[in-house]
Amino acid sequence: MFPFFTVRSPLSTDHFFMWLWFYKLASPPHAYQLLGKWRPWLFWPAIVLIAVGVAGGLLMAPADYQQKDAFRILYVHAPIASLSLMIYVMMAVAAAIGVIWRMKLAHAVAASCAPIGVWVTAVTLATGSIWGRPMWGTWWEWDPRLTSELILLFLYLGYMALRSSFDDIQRADRASAILAIVGLVNVPIVKYSVVWWNSLHQGPSLSLTGKSAIDSSMVWPLLLLILAFVLYFGALLCTRVRAEILRRERNPAWLGEIDLKS
Amino acid sequence: MSFSEFLHMGGYAAYVWSAYGLTAAVLIGLEWSGRAELRAAQTHARRRATIAGEKS
Repeated sequence: MFPFFTVRSPLSTDHFFMWLWFYKLASPPHAYQLLGKWRPWLFWPAIVLIAVGVAGGLLMAPADYQQKDAFRILYVHAPIASLSLMIYVMMAVAAAIGVIWRMKLAHAVAASCAPIGVWVTAVTLATGSIWGRPMWGTWWEWDPRLTSELILLFLYLGYMALRSSFDDIQRADRASAILAIVGLVNVPIVKYSVVWWNSLHQGPSLSLTGKSAIDSSMVWPLLLLILAFVLYFGALLCTRVRAEILRRERNPAWLGEIDLKS
Repeated sequence: MSFSEFLHMGGYAAYVWSAYGLTAAVLIGLEWSGRAELRAAQTHARRRATIAGEKS
């Protein structure tokens, strides 16, 4: 009778409920409350894993045959360094999602990644420098790995400076998203710089496909600490995204309905 | 291994402990500053919610 009823809509009921769920998840009041619930589940496991990982790295792992006890700096330097790249990728992907789907929450995530990224990258450079002094005999060298990591720090700082130069938050979101996406080319350069160029910096300690460069008695605290730092970053991000959601909210109607204390 | 040997870190004490200390300080600082930011945003949001409530 009605031929258009027989035409199956591309938006089937399954799709409809998926999108409904997605929109609910991404709506500011819902995301605000959900992130508050998630945070302790990231924070406390991170604390436990950091305690176990640091004990393993400082007490249980044997001293390196060449670097002796100085190699123990690896256990804070490598996890924090991999985090500096992970945060950047997350920031750029969130910014891209924000631009493509005009999603406020994604922009809030990208903006919240930057200040954490700045500090994490600064600690990467500082701990690397502290390790470089006794091992290489210098605090700093214009080596590809060190230079590209320094550029990463400038990308984070540039992203934040660009954001703060706009009064209008939506224009700040769009302009800074472009910078974040373009800066993504630096990520593989940092990661593979020790493979592509014959650099002063040592090669990767872990390998996903082959045998890792370090012994298994030394590797488990490193793996624990990488996981721990990722979880800890997740907890930090939850808090900052919640603050960012509140700052961005132009419709205060829902503010009266939620708990603004915890 | 004695405790003083552990602290000594085979002669690399200054490097090892400063690297660990710095990382711990920044990670704690980020948690602390994030919480302070959230508290400030909540205070501001409560004020706005009150103003919106009075208008309606």
